[in-house]
Amino acid sequence: MAEALRVEDLRVRVGGVEAVRGVSFELEAGSRTGLIGESGSGKTLTALALMGLLPEGLSATGGVLYAGRDLLALSDDELCELRGDRLAMVFQEPMTALNPVMRIGDQVAEPLTVHRGLRHRQALAAATELLDRVRIPDPAEKMRSYPHQLSGGQRQRAMIAMAMACSPDLLVADEPTTALDVTVQAQILRLLDELVDEHGATMLLITHDLPVVASTCDRVLVMYGGRIVETGSVGEVFDRPRHPYTQALLDAIPPLDREVEGRHLRAIPGAVPGLGQFPPGCPFRNRCPKADQRCAEMPPLAVVGDHPTACWHPVGSDR
Amino acid sequence: MRRRLPPSLLIGGALVALVVVVALLSLVWTPADPYNVVVPDRFQGTSLRHLLGTDQFGRDELSRIMAAARNTLEVGIVTIVIAFVIGVPVGALAAYYRGPLEEVAMRGADVLLAFPAILLAMLFAAVFRPSTLTAMAAIGIAFVPVFARVVRGAGLQVMEMDYVTAARTFGSRGWWILIRHLLPNVSSVLIVQATIAFAVAILAEAALSYLGLGTPPPAASWGRMLSESQNYLYQAPLLALWPGIAIALSVLGFNLLGDGLRDLLDPKLVERLPAPG
Repeated sequence: MAEALRVEDLRVRVGGVEAVRGVSFELEAGSRTGLIGESGSGKTLTALALMGLLPEGLSATGGVLYAGRDLLALSDDELCELRGDRLAMVFQEPMTALNPVMRIGDQVAEPLTVHRGLRHRQALAAATELLDRVRIPDPAEKMRSYPHQLSGGQRQRAMIAMAMACSPDLLVADEPTTALDVTVQAQILRLLDELVDEHGATMLLITHDLPVVASTCDRVLVMYGGRIVETGSVGEVFDRPRHPYTQALLDAIPPLDREVEGRHLRAIPGAVPGLGQFPPGCPFRNRCPKADQRCAEMPPLAVVGDHPTACWHPVGSDR
Repeated sequence: MRRRLPPSLLIGGALVALVVVVALLSLVWTPADPYNVVVPDRFQGTSLRHLLGTDQFGRDELSRIMAAARNTLEVGIVTIVIAFVIGVPVGALAAYYRGPLEEVAMRGADVLLAFPAILLAMLFAAVFRPSTLTAMAAIGIAFVPVFARVVRGAGLQVMEMDYVTAARTFGSRGWWILIRHLLPNVSSVLIVQATIAFAVAILAEAALSYLGLGTPPPAASWGRMLSESQNYLYQAPLLALWPGIAIALSVLGFNLLGDGLRDLLDPKLVERLPAPG
């Protein structure tokens, strides 16, 4: 399969500290990849770096190769042309990601005016179709509404409509369902799934919700402490986790189908260290049950069994 | 979806409307010619012929108050326009680009703020001749840093919002974000600031005219009428009262209007109906 995007040794510095510490991965064209990790593991910074949208004062090094070009080396103008057209993003908070004083219709039409050069009228007509496509009821009327008049789910649908407006190659969805009701989450995921299929897009789904990844994605990247600690297909990683961190994440999912009687919910001991306070070597070693002397040295991402993991003592091996 | 309008908005609106109506009316009709000097009629008290009496030159006081209302509104509008045209872009650009541009703009604003408007007005009056125009220019320029700061402050907040980042992910460029996202979202703050500044401008023009730095005679101006009436305070005390009341009411009106608009437009004070669906 052809690759849609390749990330090489991506590093993001926040002040004097590296928050993303050499992340490399590739996204196959048409694949859905889940990027999972706790808060503070660097997933959102990675996504923003891909889009060239790091906040003021942060800079990324390494390479983000898309269609033979390094996105990190592009000028602002060139990035503006790609963003919204070839690369799109959906945000976590549909409440704040829409401009409160602009009508929904004008906002959804915006990418079309910017990239397709449509006249205002044509863009509005196209936007109405998009709203209909993301199954917002009564799209013609909703076009004239302001964001606060829509429900959270409808707002997220509108965001998705904007993101898919120009049929992008790559869609980055940063926790698209976290802020929504559980009942709406499933609908939104199904919608994303359908649209990605329809447009032949590649999706990078960022979340800390493992079941979401299991139901939507075909590949997984597990991030911790600014590094990728395990990667593989959903089946490989979820059925045979190798990294103790992945194992712990999976254990922390409360089993709904079994009696939980007398059993506590399992948590990972300790908390994610603050930025710059990760231990040298393996970042997980201060919370890891298997950690020893060797872990003071950063383990490389090496294939264990059927997929790569960065651990000296992978789960299910004698090492 | 109707909200109850704040009472300050209604009272302020009514007072402002009164000033505007009077000013417009003076364009087509005043009880007498405000500039017609009739020396034998000087210092007449209130009567049916001169409802508010006459001044030291026998000019009809009511007509002059009405004519001065127009002058006052002109001053308010022109100063706000000056402050807007310079202050808003400076503040918006500072909020958008940050960095050295912001530093230069905001330190410049600090320097301007350190200058009292009176000093500026004296400078202009010395260089040119004192006129309504020099007064308006001085007050307008004195307001520039106020507007620049307000826009920058509100703009910085807007720039942090997700919808600005979202607009970027859709490929919108800088100027587009400035016009479509930053400015509309600071407009409510601006409207409130403008009404309050309007009140201050009226007061400042009255003060400058009172000092002889503003509207020159014989043109009617509330500040000048007030200062001239001072010389005849024992003969005709009411002559000081009328322009004083006019100034007080119009300033009060614009202030209340500003307060009311703030209550109406501030989303934090507004109970929003729950979103449908």
